[in-house]
Amino acid sequence: MLLRKVEYARPPSVQEALRLLSERDGARALAGGQTLINVMKARAASPDFLVDLQDLDELREIELGSDGTLELGAMVTYSDLLSSAEARARPILGEVCATIADVQVRNRGTVGGNVCANDPTNHLPPLMVALGATMTVVGTGGERQVPAEEFFLGVYMTAAGPGELLTKISIPAGKGDGFAAVTIGKDGTCIVNAAASIDGGAPRVVIGCVDAVPVLLQPQSAEGDAVRTAVRDAKLDPPADFHASSDYRRTLAEVLAVRAVQQAQERKS
Amino acid sequence: MTISVEVDGTRYEREVDARRLLVHFLRDDLNLTGTHIGCDTGNCGACSIIYNGTLIKSCMVLAVQADGARIETVEGLAEEGELTDIQQAFSAHHALQCGYCTPGMLMSATALLRGNKSPSEEEIRRAIQGNICRCTGYVNIVEAIKSVSA
Repeated sequence: MLLRKVEYARPPSVQEALRLLSERDGARALAGGQTLINVMKARAASPDFLVDLQDLDELREIELGSDGTLELGAMVTYSDLLSSAEARARPILGEVCATIADVQVRNRGTVGGNVCANDPTNHLPPLMVALGATMTVVGTGGERQVPAEEFFLGVYMTAAGPGELLTKISIPAGKGDGFAAVTIGKDGTCIVNAAASIDGGAPRVVIGCVDAVPVLLQPQSAEGDAVRTAVRDAKLDPPADFHASSDYRRTLAEVLAVRAVQQAQERKS
Repeated sequence: MTISVEVDGTRYEREVDARRLLVHFLRDDLNLTGTHIGCDTGNCGACSIIYNGTLIKSCMVLAVQADGARIETVEGLAEEGELTDIQQAFSAHHALQCGYCTPGMLMSATALLRGNKSPSEEEIRRAIQGNICRCTGYVNIVEAIKSVSA
């Protein structure tokens, strides 16, 4: 027996899930479990009460609005996204999700879980910030919209607080997107990643794995020198570990930012 | 909590603790030890099963979550003692040495071939990316899967 003792419920509705999350001490939402169950094994997290979201079918929808806005339910798995015709409206999403871990994890891991876990090495937090996504967070008091750049608050911390649920991620129309990462093995954990989007004037570039939250940069142009300058001016102080020194991550941040912007620029037209 | 699951065509009802992992439930409660535990951290894929039609790792699901689920394990592949094509191909191509990863490899290969009758080598390699083998170097596993592709 690896996990600490825990209670479990499988509510049939979002309202019931919210009630349990807000009323029960130490309650935590269980989405795909591809992070949470592992951290529970390691006792890095020990919730007292798990609220399993698997029956909340309304959180599994993928919708493409007439204005091109793509809405992803929080319980959409990476594999759901990969097989969705609607999700191809923003191709970078499928391209990035296809490189997360392996088939088994992609079949079960969810987009909502990826952003709510907010592990600094996750793929989707920087991507969602670059794409200008909006997160719909609900609590017993109602619903609010949080821009992605305000959603990620710290390591493993997001604006979806205790008693709240992320229900939906809304992504505006666009196609000038790029993503680049250096990973530990093919499709492994990111050492540094960078996402970029150029759908207005200057690009939005977001670096992951270098700070507690994704770092949003707005270079003056998509030119390589401008992007490198923006990364340098951010005075990143990335963590060091046995995979990479702080200096190496800083160097990767520049290189990957340029690559992501180049890809975005090529696709813009 | 009482759960009811269908495993390889047989329905089981059992009392489980919420903290019990599905792989432990299969092996220790149902005595279906064909599904292996290699790492218990979600990396190795030896515990792979087909769960409501999709391939997953059973060490990253709680048994209580599986209430109502339909599960296929390596033990259900062969019918009446007759190995499936992919099982025979693993034997013919020497796609196992110690055999520890084989239950998971077979489930990944089975899931792949259900959705894609003629995968490319790249698709085969990506399909078994979540399954670690420390003996074969994967070459014979890929050959075995290729040999049963249409």
